[in-house]
Amino acid sequence: MELEAAKMIGAGLAVIGLSGVGVGIGNIFSSLIGSIARNPATRPQIFPMAMLGFALVEAVALYALLISFLILFG
Amino acid sequence: MASPLQQFEIHPIVPIHIGGIDLSITNSALWMGISVATASVFLAFGARRRALVPGRWQVMAEMSYEFIANMLRDNVGDAGRRFFPYIFTLFMFILFGNLLGLVPGAFTYTSHIAVTLALAMTVFVAVTIVGIVKHGLHFFTFFVPSGVPALMMPLMIPIEIISYLSRPVSLSIRLFANMMAGHTMMKVFAGFVVPLGAATFGIGGLAPIAMDVALTGFELLVAFLQAYVFTVLTCLYLNDALHLH
Repeated sequence: MELEAAKMIGAGLAVIGLSGVGVGIGNIFSSLIGSIARNPATRPQIFPMAMLGFALVEAVALYALLISFLILFG
Repeated sequence: MASPLQQFEIHPIVPIHIGGIDLSITNSALWMGISVATASVFLAFGARRRALVPGRWQVMAEMSYEFIANMLRDNVGDAGRRFFPYIFTLFMFILFGNLLGLVPGAFTYTSHIAVTLALAMTVFVAVTIVGIVKHGLHFFTFFVPSGVPALMMPLMIPIEIISYLSRPVSLSIRLFANMMAGHTMMKVFAGFVVPLGAATFGIGGLAPIAMDVALTGFELLVAFLQAYVFTVLTCLYLNDALHLH
């Protein structure tokens, strides 16, 4: 029974890393909005870069989620 | 209720055993075949008419071609044109695997580390060979960062080598984790429908269904984005190998 409880707590702890990802994604989109507001003409060039950054940061979130899933179901 | 991870189980459809090696056609192999066939039909029929004023299908086939051609030109330059067939095949294989995996009941082969690691290792080995063939032993100056004082070299060179060797790992885990986590999340929400509906005379079941609809839209974005990221990173690695720093 203690093992089950420890697994639940561990899975919860594993996703604490998502706070950093939240900061990262917020940072990417705030810079994107800021730069488009300053110079709307650059939108076609910077939007794919922002999407690339978003996907890279989001992948970090999924590493944490993956660990949590592995603890719960693995 | 079945576990949310049950959808990733591989089971043989046509069992084939040759000399103790399991060569069975599994559901994973079946869906790889389906996605290759779909991509081939999509491009072959798109290019069949070759009209001067293209129809919708031809426009879609041309757009997918131009998308990768532009990506390669922007990231690698003219030297990358020789590698277009490989990059394009890689992109279409991952994209169709991701998209077809979203069809309910389908199997997502990109959600398996065995598949994505094989793709990433192919990229890694191919890029390294390209670099060595092009530059010879000069290729290994890639691991020596420029503009760093000589005192820092014993620290910087191992870091560069480790970061180079970790490329296939991060490339494969990114794709596989995205696909696996997305599909598991959808299954977890789908699992809420019946218990919540039974407790509230059916009304409460609508909320997880609405969530799943929204998640499907998000997963479509992720399916495309991850195929794009995998291909862009391949282009960047290729650029590193061709032009060093």
